[in-house]
Amino acid sequence: MTEQAIDTAERPGGLKRAVQGLLGTPLPRIEGPLKVTGTATYAFEDAPEGTAYLAVVGAPVGAGELTGIDATAAEALPGVLAVIHDDPRMMAGEGNSRAMPSRGTRRIFHVGQPVAAVVAETQAIAREAAALVRVTVDEQAGRYDFAAAPVDDAPDIGFLPPVTKGDLDAAMRNAPVTFDATYSTPAHFPAALEPHATTAWWEGDQLTVRSSNQVIGAAKSTIATALGIAEDKVRVLAPFVGGGFGGKTGVGPEVILAAIAAEKLGRPVKVALPRRDTAYLVHHRSETRQRIRIACDHDGHINAIAHEGVAYQNDDSAFLEPIPFGSIPLYSGNTRVFRTALARVDLPPTGAVRAPGEAIGTFAIECAMDELAEQLGLDPIELRRRNETAYDPTSSKPFSTRRLLDCYAEGARRFGWPECVPDPGTTPEGEWLIGIGMAAALRGNFTVTAAANVRLEPNGRVTVETDMTDIGTGTYTILAQTAGEVLGVDASQVDVRIGDTNYPKSAGSGGSFGAGSACAAAVLACEDVLAELALRMNAAPEELVLKDGCVAAGGREVPLADLARGEPIEGRGKSSPGQQAKRTSQASHGAHFCEVAVNAVTGEVRVRRMLGVFDVGRVLNAKTAANQIVGGMIWGVSYALGEAAITDTRSGRFVNPDFGEYHVAVNADVPQIDVHFIEEIDDAANQVGAKGVGELGISGAGAAVINAIHNATGVRVRNVPATLDTLLAGLPPV
Amino acid sequence: MRFTINQKTYEADVDVRTSLLDLCREHLGLTGSKKGCDHGQCGACTMLVNGRRINACLSLAVMHQDDEIVTIEGLGTVEDLHPMQAAFVSHDGYQCGYCTPGQICSAVGMLDEVKKGWASHVTGDLDQVSLTDAEISERMSGNICRCAAYPNIVDAIREVAGQWGEQAIKPAPRSAAEQPAQEKVSA
Repeated sequence: MTEQAIDTAERPGGLKRAVQGLLGTPLPRIEGPLKVTGTATYAFEDAPEGTAYLAVVGAPVGAGELTGIDATAAEALPGVLAVIHDDPRMMAGEGNSRAMPSRGTRRIFHVGQPVAAVVAETQAIAREAAALVRVTVDEQAGRYDFAAAPVDDAPDIGFLPPVTKGDLDAAMRNAPVTFDATYSTPAHFPAALEPHATTAWWEGDQLTVRSSNQVIGAAKSTIATALGIAEDKVRVLAPFVGGGFGGKTGVGPEVILAAIAAEKLGRPVKVALPRRDTAYLVHHRSETRQRIRIACDHDGHINAIAHEGVAYQNDDSAFLEPIPFGSIPLYSGNTRVFRTALARVDLPPTGAVRAPGEAIGTFAIECAMDELAEQLGLDPIELRRRNETAYDPTSSKPFSTRRLLDCYAEGARRFGWPECVPDPGTTPEGEWLIGIGMAAALRGNFTVTAAANVRLEPNGRVTVETDMTDIGTGTYTILAQTAGEVLGVDASQVDVRIGDTNYPKSAGSGGSFGAGSACAAAVLACEDVLAELALRMNAAPEELVLKDGCVAAGGREVPLADLARGEPIEGRGKSSPGQQAKRTSQASHGAHFCEVAVNAVTGEVRVRRMLGVFDVGRVLNAKTAANQIVGGMIWGVSYALGEAAITDTRSGRFVNPDFGEYHVAVNADVPQIDVHFIEEIDDAANQVGAKGVGELGISGAGAAVINAIHNATGVRVRNVPATLDTLLAGLPPV
Repeated sequence: MRFTINQKTYEADVDVRTSLLDLCREHLGLTGSKKGCDHGQCGACTMLVNGRRINACLSLAVMHQDDEIVTIEGLGTVEDLHPMQAAFVSHDGYQCGYCTPGQICSAVGMLDEVKKGWASHVTGDLDQVSLTDAEISERMSGNICRCAAYPNIVDAIREVAGQWGEQAIKPAPRSAAEQPAQEKVSA
């Protein structure tokens, strides 16, 4: 076992010397043929023989005390196998490795909270019976209106401690130039296309759960805790996950219901949440209000910067959207205030949705910088350049790597950013108004403990095993590339086995830490294999040259299969965060550029082109990395122009809990998008030198769109989405 | 009930409320078509019925007993990919893969619509329908990709349309000619 905390910024020898030339190449996904033929197996598919269907019964109101469940009518329906309620193991909400929800409670925290479940022979019968279950609640007045909810300035939940450096009020009073504006963002659904689904079955006291889940190692513990059984009695499978976007990081209450039902019936049970139920049973991103204050001199040098927000949560959940997370290391300034206040509500839980903090925090800070640049008469890139710092302006730690200035320069050059940006509303083209905008992107980098096995098989093939997931991120492919690079074999010679908790525990997919952590573990596992190969070659590991399935050393070249001598050579690797995470400030960076056309008559916004340049450390696969970044940028377009989950403040229900009315970007909403990387391998981040990718693209992207709309029209949108009605009144005469 | 799917005959005894999608996924073991919303809003369940793309979640199975149904499983296999499937792989026209079968069936059906000269919302000259990127994007907007691989999806479709030229655009399964006489499967 090669186990290594990331204490020094040193690349493992095998990767340093590797010559295969595979890692980083735009290799098509190795599991691609399965996906395009419909043979990739997701959680609801390929269920064991005799699987029954489960439908969840949700609370009809958002606040109160459950007083009764009458299942008589449901139980009388032919085909109904069981109605489950009043089981003390039932979870009121989602559980994860940090916090468990109430269990076996009668208190109602939000509309749709699971209070019972029906199991039946078919899906149609299960759903019909679920509608027949009578739920009675002693209803209380609910807090359904974020705008009206009282605010707690010092909440005891959330992972991001508040930052207060210096006297903000004094700085604002004394500065020659100040900026103070408030922005808002609506609730966002993660809305993965695969509905949250689980198939559960017991073999004796052993539970197997196939679930659409991003972090199955943690899910295994959560499921064991919820059911009160030993962790080694639970196996979680997730060979394919149809998107996650944060929504599948925890274990939903329906997973536990399926396990309880399977136990009760002695047969497999599966459940897929109907689309509208995902709005209530899956967490969403909180609505936010965000106030940005900046004090600077006439040249734009920032002296004080404050990013203060309010987000909401219900009484049963511990997550708090870390609104200013991305702003903390972004710009200079001695006086700094960053905090998030809490409004308690009786709504479904809020939680991590793609780039929690940065996705919506960078909208506010990057629009504010655009407004400030205009106020100062400065180019928005120049304002940002003047406030770039050599070290983290909040923690004073050095950056591990930071190529933000290069991203601005390269992006401006490729986009054709003009020397002098035209004044707002001065570039008409027929009935369209054209505008350009830019924004910085920043997403904090995390590394999480991850283990992997790499095995050289007797036939010369290589196997990688880890309990990582591939939620569309390219995990299968980059693990094959990583192991192939170090052991000198083509990706076609590597078998990647993931999505099973019987394999070594990895980081899972979340927080953009999956790729770097998992590949770091694979690199370390390869070190074991290399050490054994060196022995068999009678050479030092440093002397080995591995390429195209052969090992060369001391003038000899031997096929890998021959060195295996009929027995596999096992390598085990484990990477964990170390001193580097404490000593350095780590983030992925980038710059977005956007051109929009706004119809002067209707207010319709068309994004004409978008370009981004990004610093993500080592690019593990140029094709999948760029695709992920593009996806993030489109999420930015999507929330700038359309996405908004609307709460009915009278009932605590969502007005638009499906794709018909919750508008995510579709093909016609987006143009071709250019993505470029400035690659600097970050050895402080992890052993493979890769920083996070999946959440970087969304960070700042919405601001670039909104800034372009301002440049096109002169209308400053501080409350997204920028729907037609928000623009119409302010549009210049045609 | 009796169905012809991917040139095979299937018999199934199902609840009349069963959608064509659930018939395939839950009763016939054809899980390639996906369920994203069950509301006709996402397109993940797109199949070709008599050559035209439909949302299989919005159609009852019982209505399709006389139809020729083609699902993703009928277009190609891992060993013998349909050109559209191959193009999605080479252009990375997906991420998680969940919308992908629907995107591919939709793309195949869409090219046939263009070939027939059907106009779309963005068509300028109704007598001259051509396959611009704007046309592809518009016509593929019934298929949501939450991973948002849209630009790559457009690249993949453009390439296939170009390769196939005028007669490209045919929704019949590629290996139809080679397939043996109808095989009967009961569920």
